Amino acid sequence: MRLRIYYPVLATAVLIVLLHLALAYADATYYMTQITMSAYYALVVIGLCLLMGYAGQASLGHAGFFAIGGYTAAVLTTYNLRPYADAPFVSLCRALGLTMQWKDLYGTDILSFTPWAAFGSALLLTGLIALVIGASVIRLKGHYLAMATLGFGLIVYRIALGTPVLGRADGISNVPPFHLLGSLQVNGRAPFRIQNYYLAWVVVLIAMVLALNLVHSRVGRALRSIHENEEAAHSLGVNTYRYKLAVFVLSAIFAAMGGALLTHYSGSIGPAEATVMKSVRYVAIVAVGGMANLWGAMVMGILLNFLSLRGVFGSFDDTVFGAILIMMMIFAPQGLLRVPRLRALGSLVSRRSHA
Amino acid sequence: MDKALLSTRNLHRSFGGVHAVKDVSFHVPTGAIKAVIGPNGAGKTTLFNLIAGTLTPHQGQVIFRGQPITGHKPHAVAALGIARTFQTTKLFPHMTVLENVMMGRHTRTRSGFLAGMFNAPWTWREQRQTEAKARAILEELGLTAHTNETACNLPFGRQRLVEFARALATEPSLLLLDEPAAGLNIYETQQLSQLILKIRDTGITCLVVEHDMSLVMNISDEVVVLDQGHKIAEGPPAAIQRNPEVIRVYLGDEHA
Ligand SMILES: Nc1ncnc2c1ncn2[C@@H]1O[C@H](COP(=O)(O)OP(=O)(O)OP(=O)(O)O)[C@@H](O)[C@H]1O
Ligand SMILES: [Mg+2]
Repeated sequence: MRLRIYYPVLATAVLIVLLHLALAYADATYYMTQITMSAYYALVVIGLCLLMGYAGQASLGHAGFFAIGGYTAAVLTTYNLRPYADAPFVSLCRALGLTMQWKDLYGTDILSFTPWAAFGSALLLTGLIALVIGASVIRLKGHYLAMATLGFGLIVYRIALGTPVLGRADGISNVPPFHLLGSLQVNGRAPFRIQNYYLAWVVVLIAMVLALNLVHSRVGRALRSIHENEEAAHSLGVNTYRYKLAVFVLSAIFAAMGGALLTHYSGSIGPAEATVMKSVRYVAIVAVGGMANLWGAMVMGILLNFLSLRGVFGSFDDTVFGAILIMMMIFAPQGLLRVPRLRALGSLVSRRSHA
Repeated sequence: MDKALLSTRNLHRSFGGVHAVKDVSFHVPTGAIKAVIGPNGAGKTTLFNLIAGTLTPHQGQVIFRGQPITGHKPHAVAALGIARTFQTTKLFPHMTVLENVMMGRHTRTRSGFLAGMFNAPWTWREQRQTEAKARAILEELGLTAHTNETACNLPFGRQRLVEFARALATEPSLLLLDEPAAGLNIYETQQLSQLILKIRDTGITCLVVEHDMSLVMNISDEVVVLDQGHKIAEGPPAAIQRNPEVIRVYLGDEHA
């Protein structure tokens, strides 16, 4: 039965509530802030797991997509349109309710796009960029694809670092909260901590359900077949180019979603989010999570980012993720679950059904 | 002559200076078993790749059901009802036998990315039908016991059979088999010839590259002989066995 794939989702939901209770009991609800942030980073990892773990296409450029999502949300919700308020395009957006008036920390009146409009634009823009980049690089195999996406990541980083409207080295701060519905909002301030803890988890679990559905579908099977033997997949009628491109764009949109939401949550974004080391980190997490294992990727995505945000790795932060990646590539290039002894464990943990 | 299901016209493909396939024209009649034979490096696999769209011909045409399909990509060729097996078996090694065969249903099913992600109810029925069809084919080929085994754990002969099952799952009208008997023992080879005959009797036209002469002579209706990219003979098996050019190529000049 396909319902079987949802049991771990329910189990996770229970654990999330228990974790909240435990943190409340231990008077440590401040941990929730880093858990929430980690959850948004986990969105990138879930998307990358589809691309890399299932379809077998490496990307060292996903921090770039995360950053495009985050920066688009930040620019559109902070850039003051007041001087252009009467320009035809801005008037139109105002008439359509795509803009809002607010005061920033310094009391300046700001006319900007609404977070919803910015969010939609962030996903759309990232999807388009991924489509254009993907259309030209996704035919490349193995290392060549990794290098091409690495190049893309470097370009995004340099653009973030060099563009005045993106705040150069300082990035963009004063990003307003994202009002979703009623009092529900993506907001990093302390009074909203618990609400945002649950909100982030709901987003992650929805992403997980969509991703799980996909991998258990006809398309998921086709994506795995491309990973396993591209020529055979092609000869069976799988439009390999289209499938690889589609999953590339999909994973970029997941990353952009994480970037946009985290930017509203932290109220800022900077070029550090676009560095190659961030991309390496996401790849390392997918690898250590078991490659073609969505649950492994999600759990590792939250755990390792949480530890990193808590400063557990100190100044060795990047070193740790680099080392994880090296170890994984040497000892378990197909993911931990392909190591025979860990396989039995894997089949307990992962819910990859036989059909 | 019967109506041709597949024809090639002056097909040509070279690699650098090597003319792998040179000016090859032949017809595959509907419902027949046609064999392609020739010494190593004669261009047999290249010919298959040209038909299946894996390679694009430098000259000439491939015509299927009266329509040119020259230069079509492999997935488009597959969608028209041409299935193939490979000289070196190309299974999806870490997928189960059932999943491998279910992949054969790809062109016969529809659900895409969105339907998959949102688990649209109509995809459940499609999934069930895909699985049922795959199981039926596994049963037909006597592979039921291996249904949930990981493909790479099967013995070689079984893997061959799974690749067969996967190709049959596409419900092809033309099946391209590249050396299906390579690496099989005598017993397995006999079973294979029975199987190919059975497949032909269900109305599937077969084009078979094969080294095993007894297999070729026993099952095929017509034979094409390639040597160094050229077609050197074509005809019924009995005539091919007597053809001096073929004998020369296979046994050396002194026998001609
Ligand atoms: N991708 C390729 N690149 C370069 N040369 C190739 C390629 N594929 C085939 N060839 C060459 O083309 C010629 C025909 O090869 P092909 O594989 O079609 O022969 P074959 O008849 O299938 O042989 P065998 O019986 O060994 O399978 C050979 O000389 C081979 O080296
Ligand atoms: Mg060959």
